[in-house]
Amino acid sequence: MWSLLTDNWQTFLIGFWNTVCCSILALIFSLIIGSGFAILETNPNKFWRTIAKIYIEIFRNIPLLVIAMIFYLVIPQFWFKMNGFTAGTIGLTLYTSAFIAETVRSGIESVGDGQMEGARSNGMTYWQAMRYVILPQAFKIVIPPLGNQFVNLIKNSSVLAFVAGFDLMYQGDVIASSTFQTIPTYIIVGLFYLILTLPLSYYMQHLENK
Amino acid sequence: MRKIWKKIILVSMLLIAAVSLSACESYGNELQNKNAVYKKVNASKTIIWGVRNDTRLFGLMDIKENKLVGFDIDLAKAITKQMFGKDGKAVLFQTSSKTKIPVLKNGNVDALMATVTVTPERAKVVDFSTPYFNAGQSLLVPKNSKIKNVKDLNKPGIVVVAVKGTTAVANIRKFAPKARVLEYDDYGQAFTALKAGQGQAMSTDNGILAGIASENKGFHVVGGTFTHEPYAVAVNKGEDKLAKQIDKALKELEENGTYDRLMHKWFDGIPGFSIKEAER
Amino acid sequence: MDFGQAYSWINIQFLLRGLWVTIYVSIISILLSFIIGLILGTIRYTRVPILSKIVGFVVDIIRNLPLLLIIFFTYFGLPAMGLQVNPVVASIIALVVFESCMIAEIIRAGIASVPVGQMEGARSNGMTYIQALFYVVMPQALKKMIPTLLSQFVSLVKDTSLATIIILPELLYHAQIVYSQDTNYMIPMYLIIAVMYFIVCFCLSMFANYLQKRFDTKTN
Repeated sequence: MWSLLTDNWQTFLIGFWNTVCCSILALIFSLIIGSGFAILETNPNKFWRTIAKIYIEIFRNIPLLVIAMIFYLVIPQFWFKMNGFTAGTIGLTLYTSAFIAETVRSGIESVGDGQMEGARSNGMTYWQAMRYVILPQAFKIVIPPLGNQFVNLIKNSSVLAFVAGFDLMYQGDVIASSTFQTIPTYIIVGLFYLILTLPLSYYMQHLENK
Repeated sequence: MRKIWKKIILVSMLLIAAVSLSACESYGNELQNKNAVYKKVNASKTIIWGVRNDTRLFGLMDIKENKLVGFDIDLAKAITKQMFGKDGKAVLFQTSSKTKIPVLKNGNVDALMATVTVTPERAKVVDFSTPYFNAGQSLLVPKNSKIKNVKDLNKPGIVVVAVKGTTAVANIRKFAPKARVLEYDDYGQAFTALKAGQGQAMSTDNGILAGIASENKGFHVVGGTFTHEPYAVAVNKGEDKLAKQIDKALKELEENGTYDRLMHKWFDGIPGFSIKEAER
Repeated sequence: MDFGQAYSWINIQFLLRGLWVTIYVSIISILLSFIIGLILGTIRYTRVPILSKIVGFVVDIIRNLPLLLIIFFTYFGLPAMGLQVNPVVASIIALVVFESCMIAEIIRAGIASVPVGQMEGARSNGMTYIQALFYVVMPQALKKMIPTLLSQFVSLVKDTSLATIIILPELLYHAQIVYSQDTNYMIPMYLIIAVMYFIVCFCLSMFANYLQKRFDTKTN
């Protein structure tokens, strides 16, 4: 097993790096998109609420693998070409953003209407109140569940293996099928994932208990 | 914060201990069970064959009939009958390129008849029968493509699609080191990726490519074969008796004409494919 | 594109067979993982000396690994330990192992969120620790957890699609077989399975909302 690691460390590292890049990119974009839809979902205007609801329900109820496959195989047929990494990351971003939207929405709701009314009566516009009063408080509340979403995101990034995204899982598959040391290879892959996810989820537990 | 660190350190120490323990036992216990599958198969007169379900002409899932069809499937059934007479039972177990060797190693299947090429690397972990089919690696490209043979692939920017766990991947790296290889889980996905424009060519054995091209008019096989890929039945390491038994059955099938009949049943009239070259 | 041909009865029938596998693998896994998760979560919460530590350790490791890896370990690893598994059994085992750890964590957090006063009150009324846990704390905790639990179950249904990698004949895999016979069917196939998954998962989500509302009105 040790020799498996020393012989293929470059391949493992490339995979690890791609998984990290994909996770960070997907995290940033899904935070932006997710918060956007969360704000829309709490908007007084019914039209915006419906739009946000439709988006969230669609991406929450279709498997990530199917979403990634659609971006990889279907979209390039009428739109622009993208490689597996891009398609996988886009799929991951949209999928996660629906979950983040739900999390942030519950945060905004728990801040309470009183805050919004107070801010509005002090002369702030709706957007100002959202930006300076509601969102900062909401994010503080939802940091632990958001962290758990990030852990899920890292784990879910393994679907890149299905679309040739050169992530950790893909490289693991390649090594396993060329060395035939299936189980040891996947144990190493598992350790790499734990390096990313374990500290993060312990930190989130720590925050929750505080 | 200090508590988390303590926890992480503890967990990682335990993990390292567990991993090194599991590494020690590794794959050492195989030879103890020498010919165990041979005994099991002969007692039950049943062979569990690992076969393909995504490979036209060799092993493909027929949706209408909901059963597997192809040359490998027919040959596997014929071998089983030849070995055990009428009582012989062939159980078909669907595998993919990626899962075929692991399911043979872990005992889910008794033998593989799944377009497995004999290679020195694989011969270290499994035992092979004598080859039953002589394939060679070739290229599938869209009809308007400029790629004519494997040399045209050796340029930066060329992307070749292939299937994980096949010999095609290593061969492309050898013959066209400048091309990039994208690997998929099965032939269906690989071809779909080629069609979606994720690569300029798909590479695997000629028989498999001919099967795909026969159903997809916009694509054709080019450049002839540039490697020699003999397919054989694979059995687990240490099952030399079973391999010999399969060899004998294959030889008998060849003598009584069944083998030839099956070859013609599946490969007659396939463009760009010669039965003469492929026959054992 | 030829949607009419792609949606021929033969193909749809084949997809429905896949959908059926998805549904029954999901149902079995949901039931088993809920029971096991409940047990593991309770053990973890109650701080039984060594046992809780071990359970906590295992749960933390498993729920921080991608499900795809767990699927590989069960499918390739279990037979090495002398347990032959076919893809259906392997997928169910993998899903149950992974999801029961996820659920154990939800249950633990849920029990922990019930105010300590509840437990103390029940104990002071003469209940034993176990009685108080099961009759007073647990019902309140479960009620709070219903939305999280149900969304975990929806995830489980979606996650069955990952088992295509070990050739579980479920919906996504059957769609892939259909379009590998004629790649013109690819787009129609992805459209229809997206719709099928959506319907199944959305119904489950609706059911969750309904349960939530019922519990809310009951308590008020």
